[in-house]
Formats: sequence, C-alpha cells, structure tokens
Amino acid sequence: MGIFILRRLGVMLLTALCLTFIVFWLTNLYPNLEKLAKTQGNFRMSDEAVTSYLGDRGYLQPLPVKFGQWLGVMPGWVTEKEDGTVFGRCFGEGTPEDQRPVRCGVIQGDWGFSTRFKDEVGPTVITRLALTGKLMFCVLLLMVPSALIVGVLAGMREGSKLDRSLSTFSIATTATPEYVSGVIFIAVLASSKFGLSPLLAEWGLIDSKTLFLGSATSAMKDATFWNFFLPVLTISLYGMGYIARMTRASMAEVMTAQYIRTARLKGVKFSDIVLKHALRNALIAPFTVIMLQIPWLLNGVVIVETLFNYKGFGWLLVEAAGNNDIELLLAVSVVSVAVVLVTQLISDIGYVYLNPRIRIS
Amino acid sequence: MEPLTWTGSLSGLNLIFLLLIGLLILSIVVSILASMVPTADSRAVSSDGTMAADSGATGFINMITGYLFYATVAVVLIYLIGGVLMGTSAGIIGGMSRQFLPVWIALILTFALSILYKRKLGLYGKLFDSTVGMIGFGIVMFWVYTGIMGGVFDMLVTHDSLSQTSGMKNKLPGTPLRGAEESDFQWFLLGGDNLARDVFSRLIKGSWVVVQIAPLATLFAFMVGITLGLPAGYYGGRLDTVLSFLANLILAFPVILLFYLLVTPEIVLTGIPNYMAVFLFAFPLIFFAILLNSRYYTQPSFRTPLLIVVLGFLGWLYLSLVSTDGAIVQTDTYRIPGLPVTLDGFDIDGGILVVFVSVVFVNAPTVFRIVRGLALDIKTRDYVAAAQTRGEGPWYIMLWEILPNARGPLIVDFCLRIGYTTILLGTLGFFGLGLESESPDWGSTINAGRRLLALYPHAAIAPALALLSLVLGLNLLADGLREESLRD
Repeated sequence: MGIFILRRLGVMLLTALCLTFIVFWLTNLYPNLEKLAKTQGNFRMSDEAVTSYLGDRGYLQPLPVKFGQWLGVMPGWVTEKEDGTVFGRCFGEGTPEDQRPVRCGVIQGDWGFSTRFKDEVGPTVITRLALTGKLMFCVLLLMVPSALIVGVLAGMREGSKLDRSLSTFSIATTATPEYVSGVIFIAVLASSKFGLSPLLAEWGLIDSKTLFLGSATSAMKDATFWNFFLPVLTISLYGMGYIARMTRASMAEVMTAQYIRTARLKGVKFSDIVLKHALRNALIAPFTVIMLQIPWLLNGVVIVETLFNYKGFGWLLVEAAGNNDIELLLAVSVVSVAVVLVTQLISDIGYVYLNPRIRIS
Repeated sequence: MEPLTWTGSLSGLNLIFLLLIGLLILSIVVSILASMVPTADSRAVSSDGTMAADSGATGFINMITGYLFYATVAVVLIYLIGGVLMGTSAGIIGGMSRQFLPVWIALILTFALSILYKRKLGLYGKLFDSTVGMIGFGIVMFWVYTGIMGGVFDMLVTHDSLSQTSGMKNKLPGTPLRGAEESDFQWFLLGGDNLARDVFSRLIKGSWVVVQIAPLATLFAFMVGITLGLPAGYYGGRLDTVLSFLANLILAFPVILLFYLLVTPEIVLTGIPNYMAVFLFAFPLIFFAILLNSRYYTQPSFRTPLLIVVLGFLGWLYLSLVSTDGAIVQTDTYRIPGLPVTLDGFDIDGGILVVFVSVVFVNAPTVFRIVRGLALDIKTRDYVAAAQTRGEGPWYIMLWEILPNARGPLIVDFCLRIGYTTILLGTLGFFGLGLESESPDWGSTINAGRRLLALYPHAAIAPALALLSLVLGLNLLADGLREESLRD
C-alpha cells in the first residue's frame, strides 16, 4: 500500500510538472506576450516599445530558463536600466543590495505577482478559493445525499414505475448543462417580471420582489438561502444525475445477489433488506464516482460563478485567462490540476479501503 | 396588427391541456405510490368454469395513466396540426408549426420508411422497438433536419438571422414586425433579442452550427481514440504506459482552462491549431489505410487499386481540410505550403477550425480509455486466440476481430459523446470563445441573452431549451440503443 501511494504520488508530481509546463508554454507564446504588454502599457505601443517592455521584465528569455525561474531552481532575472536603477524578478527598484534574494519561485513559496489584480498571487488565490470552497461545500451537501437517495430508490426495485420515473429524471439532469439550467432557473424563479415570482408576490406569499436572487454577489459576504440557493442548485443538478445513475446500477446489481435472496427467503422486511443488507455494499462504487465527479464540478463552478457573478475561483480563472495573467493562471492551473489528481488518489485508496474483496486479497 | 398569443384561436384547448397535464402528473404520482403497496392480482373462477383475471387497483391506475398520456399527446398534435393548417391564426405555436412543415414531412417519411423496413435494418431497425429510443431518435432527427434545411437551404427561417430591425429590440414573442412589407413574414415569432434580431430565425440557424460540428468532431475523436486505443490495449507494455500517461495528462486539465488557453485569437496567430489539425486529422487516413491493408494484403491486385482510390480521396479531403489559401500554416514570419488553391475543395475559417480541433482534442483521450478497456477485455476471448492460431497479423485481429465486437458500447458512447460535444460547443459560445460574437450558435446566443435575463428572458430561454432538447434526445437515443443492443 505504501509503495502504491508513493508511486502514485510520483506520477502525480510528473503530471503536474508536465501540465504546468504546457500552460507556461501556451501563455508565453509571443502573441500572448504582446497582448499582455499592450494591456499593461498602452494599446498603441510600437513594436520596439513592446520588445523593450518584455525584455526588461524577463519575458524574452528562453522558455526553460523562465520556467526554471518560476519554479525557483534558477536565479531570477535582473535588469539594469540605462539610468543605473536595478530591478529584478525577486526585488523592486529600491531594494538594497544585501536584501536581494537570488531565487524566488514556487519552491521558495513565492507564486509571483498578478498583473491583472496588481497583487501577490498567493493571497489572491487563497481568498478566492475560500469563497469557492463555501460554494462547493454547499453543493456537496445538497448533491451527494439527494443523488444517493434517488439512486437507491431507483435501484431497489429495478424496472418499477418509480425506477423509470427517477431514471428519466437523472437522464434529464445529465442532459442539462449548467448554463442552460442556470438560465432557466433565473428566468423562472428569480425574475421580477416572468415566471413564478410575480405570481407569488401578487398572492402575498413572498415579501421580496423575487423568490430567489439571480445574482450571488451578496452571498460572498453573507450567504443566505435566498441569494445562494440557485447557484448551488444549478451545479448540483448537473452532477447529480450521473452519481444517481451509478448508484442505481450498483444498487440494482446488489439486489440480485444471493445473500439478498437468502435474506428475503428468511423473511426479513424489505426496508431492512435495503437499509441493512444492500446499502453498505451498494455505496462502494458511488464513492469512487463522487470523488471523480469533483473535478467535473470545477467546470460547473466556472460557468455558475460567471453566470451568477460570484467572484470565486472560477471567476479568477476566467479573469486570469482573459487577461493572460501568466503567473496567476499558472497558480490557478496548479490548484485545479492538484484537485483532479488528489481526488483520483483518494478515490483509488478509498476504493481499496472500502472494498473488502480487494483489501483482503 | 395585434401581437400574437401563444395558441391563438386554439386557446379554447388550453384549459383542457392544463387539466390533462395536471391529471397525468397526479396519476403518475399515485401509480408510483401504489406500486409501493404489494397487491396480488385477483383471479375469479366463474360458474361455467372459465377464469377471469383482473390486474387490480394498480392495473386500473396504470390504465388511466396510459389514457391520460395518449390524450395529452393528442392535444399537442391538435396544436401542431392546427398550426400547420391555420398558420399564425393558431398563435405562436401554430406559426412555428407551419414554419417547420418541411421538417414534419421529412420526419414522418423517415419514421414511416424505417418502421416499414425495420426487420432489414439491423441495429437501426431494432431502435424502433423501443419507445425511449424512438422518442430520442425523433428529437435528434428533428434538429438534424432543422439544421440542414434551415442552414443549407435557407428554408424555415422567417427573417435574416443577422439583420437588425428597428423598433424590435427586446420585443416579446409574437410581436408584429414594425414597418413590414407585404412580402415579409409579419411577426417575430419568438421575439427580438437585444440587437433587434429575430430569435426564431437565429435559433434555426444556430442548430446548423451544432449539427455541422458536433457529429464530425465526435467522429474524428473516435478515429483518434480507436487508432491509438486498440494497440494500447492489445499490445500493453510500454506503449500502453506512455499513451495512457498522455491521455491522463490531457484529462487532468480542466476543460475550460484548456479552452481558454487554446481557443483565443492569439493562439490562432501562432498557427498551433493548424499543427494540431495536421496531426489529428491524419488519424482517419491512417485508420482506413491499416483497416483495408490488413484485410486485403494477401490479394495485392485488389488491394493496391482499392488503397489508391480510397487514400487518394481521403488524402484530398485531408489536404483541403488542413490547407487554407494554399498554405497549411501561415504566420507573419513563415509559411508551410499546402494544397494549391485551385485544387483546394473547401476552406475552413480559422475560428471554426480552432473550435473543431480543441473539441476533438478534449474528447479523444476519453474515447482512447474506453477503447483500450474494451480491447483489454476482448483480447482474452477465444475467437481472438483462434485468429492468432490462424496466423492473422496483429492489426487484422485488432480491426477485424476486436473492433466489430466492441461496436455495441462504442455506438452507445458515440451518441452520448455527440451530446457532450454539443454541451462543450455551448460552453465555448457561453464564454465567447472561438466563434464570432454575432454567430447564431446556441451558446453565444445564451451568452448574449443572459445579460438581460431578469427582464427579457425569451432571447436566452429559446436557445437554452433547444440545446436541452437536443442533448436529451441524444441521451434517450443512447439509452434506447443500449437497451436494444443488450437484447441480442
């Protein structure tokens, strides 16, 4: 087990390194750098001005050197201007000579400087991650129990009316991407002119103008059911159908097993069979699926945060990518790749741990 | 002119329709609840010795549900047929129904012919044994016909999808066209968007973008996945390790990050999409070359002309696809010459190409993993061992023994993947990547409409529902196919 985890960690590290290098390469292509220079300087820069801007800031070094500097294994660039001022990757203009660090990169804990937000990358990412963490927590809280309930109810009597209705529901949710369900929810539940809200307001059932708020900006400070439920529901629905279908398949398989038949022949109550005999074995497979679903939720987070204007990690990704903010984008991709790889690892280990057939052999 | 209502002169039916829908939902809920309570069928022996069975209360409820369902379908059909006959006097739905008349005819013809000959049509024919599959197939074909007729032949649409009409900005569905000429269509059936363009016509034009790109991109992804996945699963070893690592590498990328990095005008300038196109589009060529060669290499007199014809045609398609204006890659600093303009069959716009390439790129690793898994499973079967004993080559075994036996899961996944590709295309449009902002595709339209969502939702709702129905149709179709392919 120990060797297995160590080997997986090694592969993870290699994957993360390869992926960050690809992101680094794509963001450092010359047209992207030119765009960066023009958004930072001004849009009518001449070609020479762009070159000198980029050259001064170390963007025109060879790619492996730049990547090494970002990682912190190579000494950072230092530029000496004609008027004698010296500045570099690791220090500003006024720093005295003895306080200038040679290397500053990820290994030293320095994630760089965001050109979009004019701020250190590390703290920026952490603030946004905390906001998205809140969103994800609520999503998991809603999605996992409801998906498991739907899946178990559908799978316990395969082919019944209930099964068919719930399966249709799960298919419908997997066919509804977040940008479609979000738009429909806002139009039906959060518009003061259309859908349910005007009706409900007229009947005096709701105090505010709309049933839910169509923008989650206020939920960043203070999340309530009113302003936070729609984004959470939108993300949960898309992920839910898939988990429910997997749970259903797993439950249906368990229900045909010999020991369930034995229990029935012994005369155990149906509810006891489902809850005490079948459920524990049926939940092993969905666990893996839930873990692997988390990276998929990341996509949903980006869409929903854009749609509901919630300034979290997904919004940060869109801002960083839209403005070619290289160091911020690298930090964002490191975080999202880490999420993918860590959830894969947890799902593998968890599967081995939960499944006695694998654990004992 | 009066603005149109939704159902016009058929509005008398609305109450009945609502009532039917309410009763249908109620009866489904009751029948689900009733199925929880076990009831035995009661059998009665009558005095003359015959036996009568009745299916009890559950059967009765199910019968009512069935009738209610048929009644609801009948009312919907009345709306549609009434619309075809009366046009806009049957309201917005009627007007749309008449516009879709060619699609209805094509659908009815397709279904009639398919059901007539379904026993001779293999898996496709069996699809018509499953209700779910038929519903899914119907929805998918509806959009396919809409896309082809509206996009290629310019039928169905009521107005130009790009031209703006003064005074029609954000107008509600059914608003009469201001200052309409005699020859114009008199209404904006689904209203106007925030640039005063007709939502209905844009919806139809948008379906062509999806129908054009999604199946083709999925097909290319399958070619790449199959060509790489079969040897990875069959040979295993180091080849498998390397290819699986690369596939996992791409899969570990969050899709949206990848799109944001790949689908930008700056990346198009560097020519990277062209290199990717050259690489990815070569796979069908390799696939067909190996496929035919491994089968017919023992009869060179037949194989050589066959390969020359097939590869010549595919090669021409390939070169036309990857070269634009006589160059494969054209940047400011250098160019790689390709097919001369005179021989170039068609040009693909840089924006579309980058969308196409990145969608193939994202889908291919998943297909690779599925094919690899199937190949790992099937290579242990007896018929593979028999072929190996016969002395068949490895590629013959992969392409003519393993692949045909993996077709069931692959066809099902193909349908699901087209749906997923449709969602991806919508995502690209939603973030305004790749296609131009005035493009009528559904994702871009949703993106444009979402800014005024709380006030004028119709401009975003229409494409959202269209996308939803197409993806749902593909999912149902896949479900039906899975059911039918498991049956044999």
